[in-house]
Amino acid sequence: MTDALVAQLLEGDKRALTRVLSYVENGLPEGREAMKALFSHSGHAHIVGITGPTGSGKSTLVGALAREYRSRGRSVGIVAVDPTSPFSRGAVLGDRIRMQDLTSDPGVFIRSMATRGALGGLAPTTNDVVTVMDAAHKDVIIVETVGAGQDEVEVADTAHTTIVISVPGAGDEVQAIKAGILEIADILVVNKSDQPRADITAQQLHAYLNLGREEGWEVPIIKAVAIKGQGAVELADAIDRHRGFLESSGRLEEARRQRARRQLLALAQEELLSRVLATAEGNGRLEALVEAIARREVDPHTAAERLIEAAG
Amino acid sequence: MSDERKIKVIIAKPGLDGHDRGAKVVARALRDAGMEVVYTGIRQTPEMIAETALQEDADAVGLSILSGAHLELFPRVVEELQKRGMDDVVLFGGGIIPHEDLPKLEKLGFKGIFGPGASTLDIVEWVRKNAPARGAASRS
Repeated sequence: MTDALVAQLLEGDKRALTRVLSYVENGLPEGREAMKALFSHSGHAHIVGITGPTGSGKSTLVGALAREYRSRGRSVGIVAVDPTSPFSRGAVLGDRIRMQDLTSDPGVFIRSMATRGALGGLAPTTNDVVTVMDAAHKDVIIVETVGAGQDEVEVADTAHTTIVISVPGAGDEVQAIKAGILEIADILVVNKSDQPRADITAQQLHAYLNLGREEGWEVPIIKAVAIKGQGAVELADAIDRHRGFLESSGRLEEARRQRARRQLLALAQEELLSRVLATAEGNGRLEALVEAIARREVDPHTAAERLIEAAG
Repeated sequence: MSDERKIKVIIAKPGLDGHDRGAKVVARALRDAGMEVVYTGIRQTPEMIAETALQEDADAVGLSILSGAHLELFPRVVEELQKRGMDDVVLFGGGIIPHEDLPKLEKLGFKGIFGPGASTLDIVEWVRKNAPARGAASRS
């Protein structure tokens, strides 16, 4: 069944794509099978991450950028992440509201995701969802994070080009997005630039960026008014320039290798753990060790060693 | 954690009336019940609603309408869903809908219609009962 679905997806069938995305997002075995089959078809899309504080206009900018790509004839996948409530475990996913007109464009596919407890600004399976969209022949995939402050920097591992949005006039603008999130920016956007203090914000960001960045790429600062579409052309141009830089400097290859290593280790870790647990849960060893630690008869380090030894 | 299966619901407002307070209250209530709710915003065409349901692979679609155009718009949403092969999506609706229209809507597949004064608890219960997050094999 998965084979047929994968074949349909590769032919451009949206229903197959949406179904595979659900399998992947919900961690079903079909999702894993589909990922295996689709991997060799991925690797062609340019992946753009967009992050920034709540209310900075991320979704609106994603919409404006997607429209610009469409006018350049490129197909677009959008993955929009919103937070899961820590209390109810439910979520309201509202990013599509800012992209309504894109819904009827056959060259755009938008998928909303909830963070489901992940803390890095993305959902646990966002990377896999991006890979599936990549295999489904999207030229560009835009990943929008939850409203991010300082620690939600995971998107930089997912994206080739990371865009950080700031807005003028909210107190100390640079303070709001300083260490962490500002450091992952390949391109900075000062959105809502029709407001006063936009120039000051841009200057502050410029000064901050000059404090130390990697060689070879000077982070451009783009003033935008996303709701009017202003700045989208410059942004799309800057992303293309960044792609060129990644290719010519060898960084694209390097990033691919790093991503491969991370993925391999993460999956191996998961696989090893599930094997250990399959044995230790079955024979009661896990519970026995848990009890022993709780009673302080064994320390957790020793217990972990015994757990792994027992699984052999 | 990654294998939890959430009920995914689209809450949409077809047509031209811009009153979305009820839609937002319902979206919030479903969220508080642990569901993942995609809210589309106001003034959606039937095509946009069906396309959203497709791209999000929704388990259920809830339509909110206060303009009185439900007998025109609800069938068109159903038609657009069918065009996209999404005919197994659970449908419900709310708003100002006269009692005598209920059988027609039920025939279209809208088994749950919630008028003014409906309790969000009832809506949550209805969705939970009628739109269980589907497993792998049950939809193909």
